[in-house]
Amino acid sequence: MSPERKKVVHAVERTAAAGGGRSTSARPADGPAIRVADLHKAYGDHAVLRGVDLEVARGSIVALLGSNGAGKTTLVRILATLLRADAGTAVVHGFDVATQAAQVRGSFSLTGQFAAVDEILSGRENLVLVARLRHQDDPAAVADELLTRFGLTEAAARRVATYSGGMRRRLDIAMSLIGDPPVIFLDEPTTGLDPEARVEVWQSVRRLAEGGTTVLLTTQYLEEAEQLADRIAILHEGRIIADGTLAELKRLLPPARVEYVEKQPTLEEVFLAVVGNGTTHGTTHDGAPRAATDPTGTTSPRRS
Amino acid sequence: MTTTHVLADTAVLTGRTLRHVTRSIDTIVTTAVTPIAMLLLFVYVLGGAIRTGSESYVTYLLPGILVITIASGVAYTAFRLFTDVKSGMFERFQSMPIARSGALWAHVLTSLVANLISLALVVGVALLIGFRSGADVLAWLAVVGILVVLTLALTWVAVIAGLTASSVEGASAFSYPLIFVPFISSAFVPTESMPGPVRWFAENQPVTSIVDTIRALLAQEPVGTDIVVALAWCVGVLLVAQLAAMATYRRRAA
Repeated sequence: MSPERKKVVHAVERTAAAGGGRSTSARPADGPAIRVADLHKAYGDHAVLRGVDLEVARGSIVALLGSNGAGKTTLVRILATLLRADAGTAVVHGFDVATQAAQVRGSFSLTGQFAAVDEILSGRENLVLVARLRHQDDPAAVADELLTRFGLTEAAARRVATYSGGMRRRLDIAMSLIGDPPVIFLDEPTTGLDPEARVEVWQSVRRLAEGGTTVLLTTQYLEEAEQLADRIAILHEGRIIADGTLAELKRLLPPARVEYVEKQPTLEEVFLAVVGNGTTHGTTHDGAPRAATDPTGTTSPRRS
Repeated sequence: MTTTHVLADTAVLTGRTLRHVTRSIDTIVTTAVTPIAMLLLFVYVLGGAIRTGSESYVTYLLPGILVITIASGVAYTAFRLFTDVKSGMFERFQSMPIARSGALWAHVLTSLVANLISLALVVGVALLIGFRSGADVLAWLAVVGILVVLTLALTWVAVIAGLTASSVEGASAFSYPLIFVPFISSAFVPTESMPGPVRWFAENQPVTSIVDTIRALLAQEPVGTDIVVALAWCVGVLLVAQLAAMATYRRRAA
């Protein structure tokens, strides 16, 4: 077994342990958090999903990678019971999306492609609203806790219409965490965000996984998948054409050669360094979220 | 899912949309402004030349103005619903473990409250400029009842518009014919003065029976069969529009 392979196994065990020690409201069913088998969906003549198979282990972060129009959102909408599949099965947290939609809806939270927040209400009111709808005992306390956790306390009383894109997204994700759902779907969580806001979202997602939540996120940014995911599934022309850890996917290509190339900073690194965001350091130099996904095998220990 | 949860969830969602109304109180005022302007225009400018056979034109006119108030008020319901669909709030609610119809009922109940406030404003102005009625509590309750059923009927029409529109303008455009239809009825002038086909239309369209019923109730006159026709129209539109709205809603969710 190669050193990096060992790390992969180690990382999986660690996340599994984190998931096992977690108390969830929904009763933990056996098997993977999400299981999709031979899923088909067509809009008229246009087949979007043509036999999708996918499994997401409990407590892991899986990135669904694909270009625009690959069917990522369609798959997420089917899992979120917002859309019916034509054929095949999809099971979330042990419940079938077609026949046990109500139980499925009690097991996940969806953060859609565009931040679904109420612009007329304040940030706190948005959180209290969702906390009430999820029948929390103390909605105000739940809201305050999340406001602190997502750095929105100062803006809590302001109307969301005045929030920046990054703040909306953080509020959106915070709303999705209420009720501690075991599974979270994030549909292109960073599309349209500036680099700083994207880093904020990444940190939120990592914290989620640390708490044992299963995360299925869709993205068209390769770097995002590389940064966040335990496993990466590539959706192309309606099918999952590759599925594995980053290291596994890399082995699909010819082995790496050692070359010496002067490393120029990317514009993004320059931007983040110049604006002096506190998160910059963590991302550019220490940003590899999991030792497992670092192909060099020489990464520094993860800070959290 | 228990019934208590359904009711509690719908109450929470209604509280949310009502807050939208109270935070943009101008929507209630603008809902009332156009009918009030029409009321003033007809009473002080055109009304002098209109012979209705009753001693006070404002008293004759008010029922039709109330219908117009509702027709313009429900446009905001379509707008609020459209905004929820566009912003993704609607999908957020649909993906949560709450009663799916709750999100629609919240908008319907909010529409009812907002329209009743607008109606009260219009009646207030009418009182200031000479509207008087000796109607008893029972007759007033009947008037409010008819207005509530009419509001619900037109609100469900607004729900269809809000769910299916592809632009803000489209969401509220359905209300323009609703605002115009009262003009070809007994709302402003007695139908006897109209030429044949127009008169036939005016006498057989719903606004005339609704307006005549409210007018009779306020004037303490017998309502006759008008009230049956009026309620049949309102309840008929209510049922058809609600069924169509729910079907549209389910198709969206499928």
